[in-house]
Amino acid sequence: MTDISRRKLITTGLAAAAGVSGLGVAAHLAKKYGLVPPDHGGLYGLGETLTYASQRLLTRHSLAREFSRSQISERPLPNEIAPLSDAFKRLQAGRFADWRLTVDGMVERPTAFSIDQLKSYPSRSQITELACEEGWSYVAEWNGVPLSHVLDLVGAHPQATHVVYFSIEPDWWESMDMADALHPQTFLTYGMNGNDLPVGNGGPVRIRVPRQLGYKNVKFITHLTVTNDLKKFGKGLGSASPEGGYAWYAGI
Amino acid sequence: MSTLESAQVPLADSVPSSAPVLPVTTARTTPRHSALVRITHWITTLCFLALLVTGGEIVVSHPRFYWGETGTILTKPLFKIPIPSSRSLVPTGYGYVMPDQNGWSRALHFQSAWIAVLTGLLYGIYGVFSGHFRKDLLPSKTDLSWRSFSAALRHHMLFKRPDEEEAWSYNLPQRITYLFVVFVLFPLVIWTGLAMSPGFVSAFPATVTLLGGRQTARTLHFFISIALLLFLFVHVGMVCFAGFRSRMRAMITGRISPGTEGQ
Repeated sequence: MTDISRRKLITTGLAAAAGVSGLGVAAHLAKKYGLVPPDHGGLYGLGETLTYASQRLLTRHSLAREFSRSQISERPLPNEIAPLSDAFKRLQAGRFADWRLTVDGMVERPTAFSIDQLKSYPSRSQITELACEEGWSYVAEWNGVPLSHVLDLVGAHPQATHVVYFSIEPDWWESMDMADALHPQTFLTYGMNGNDLPVGNGGPVRIRVPRQLGYKNVKFITHLTVTNDLKKFGKGLGSASPEGGYAWYAGI
Repeated sequence: MSTLESAQVPLADSVPSSAPVLPVTTARTTPRHSALVRITHWITTLCFLALLVTGGEIVVSHPRFYWGETGTILTKPLFKIPIPSSRSLVPTGYGYVMPDQNGWSRALHFQSAWIAVLTGLLYGIYGVFSGHFRKDLLPSKTDLSWRSFSAALRHHMLFKRPDEEEAWSYNLPQRITYLFVVFVLFPLVIWTGLAMSPGFVSAFPATVTLLGGRQTARTLHFFISIALLLFLFVHVGMVCFAGFRSRMRAMITGRISPGTEGQ
C-alpha cells in the first residue's frame, strides 16, 4: 500500500514538474513568436491566449470568405452608436473635405491623408461579411485602399508589431497585430456597394478587418499609430475593448 | 441498499457457511467509474453550466434567429425569443433594455469551451485506449437484438427502479443516450460554434459553408444547446430516480455505497 502510494506520489510529482516546466517553455515560446495577446492577464487570460495563439498559428495568411454579388445584403445595418460629436458634424457639413487621417508612430514619413488622397491610391474591393459579437451579420461590398499600401507609403518600420487606430469619436480605439495590418483584406474603407461609405456604416473612412468581429472595424478613423509597445496606450490592454470587458482579439 | 451496506462486514474466510450468498457486487475491487471518467465528468459539468449561462446572456443581446448566411434586425427572423434584449436597437416590444453582460459572458464562454474541448480530448483518448467506450458504452451484440432492446425500453418506460447489479453498468437506453451525447451532440455543438468564428472559418471555410451559412450555424448551435439542456434534465432526473446519493457517490468517489470499493 505504502509502496504504491509512494510510487504514485513520485510519478505525480514528476508529471506535475514536467507539466509546469512545459508550460514555462510554452509561455516563453509564445511570447517570442508574438502569440500572447495584450489582454492575457486576468481571469480569462487563458482562454484569450489559447484563442489568439492557435489562430495565429492556423490563420496567419488565410483569407476571409468572399461572396458573390448576388449575396450582398439588401439593407446593410447601420448599428447604433453614441450621438456624433460636434467635431464630426463640422467635418460632415463640409462634406469631409477637411477630414484628415494622420499616420504616425514608427514610420519614416508621418503623413496626414485627405479622403481624396486615399481615393487616389489603387482601389480594392471585397464582398465580405460583417459579423457583430451580438450575433447578427450582413454581407456588403467594401471599397477602399489596403492598409498595407498606406503603411508602405509612410514607411512603417519593420520592428513595428501593432497598428493602433483611433476614431474621431472619444474613447473609441482599437489595435491589431501586423499579421492583420498587412493582410490583403484589411482596408481603410471609404466606399460600400459602389457608393461613398454611409455615415451610419462608418463613413467617411472605416477600418475593415474581416477576419475579426464588427467591433474591431472601428468607424470614423482619423488617426493611426504604428508601434511596438501597446502598453503605452490607454490602460495597456491593447485597445478600448478590454477596458470595457471585451476581448482584444475578436477573431474568436 | 441494505444488502450492499451489510456487504462491507464479512470477509470471505470469516463468513459462516450458513450465511446467505452475497451479491456479486461485494467482490468488486475496482471503482464504479474510473478516476479519469469522474474528473472529466465534473470538469465538463462545470464548463457546460458556464457555457449555458453565458450562451444565454449572449442570446439576450440579439434574441432573434435566422437561416442562411446573414440576418439583422432589418431582415425577417426564422423565430424570435420573446424576452427583452440588452441592446436598444432590437425591437422586442418591452420598452426595456437589459444590462449588457456580453463582455465577461463571451470571455467565460470561450474559456469554458477551450477547457471543455481539451477535457473532451483527454476523455476521448482515454476512452479509446482504456476500452471504456467499448466495454462501458457500446451495447453488446445481444443487447442490440430487438427483443432485448424493447425489453430494456419497456423496463425504462415503466420507471422500474434499477436493481443492485445494474448500478455497476449502464443499461441499453443509457448507453445509446451517452453515445449520442458524446459522439453526436458534443461534436455538433463544437462544429457549429467554430463555424461562427470569422478567424477559424477563414482557414477552414467548409466549417460554415457545409452548414449553409453563418446564421444557420448560430441557429443550429442554439438548438443543439437546447438538446444538451434537455439531456441534462433527464440525466439529473434519472440520477435522482435511481438513487441520488449512491449515484453521486459513485461519480465522486467511485464507490457505489460506503466501503464497497476494495482499495
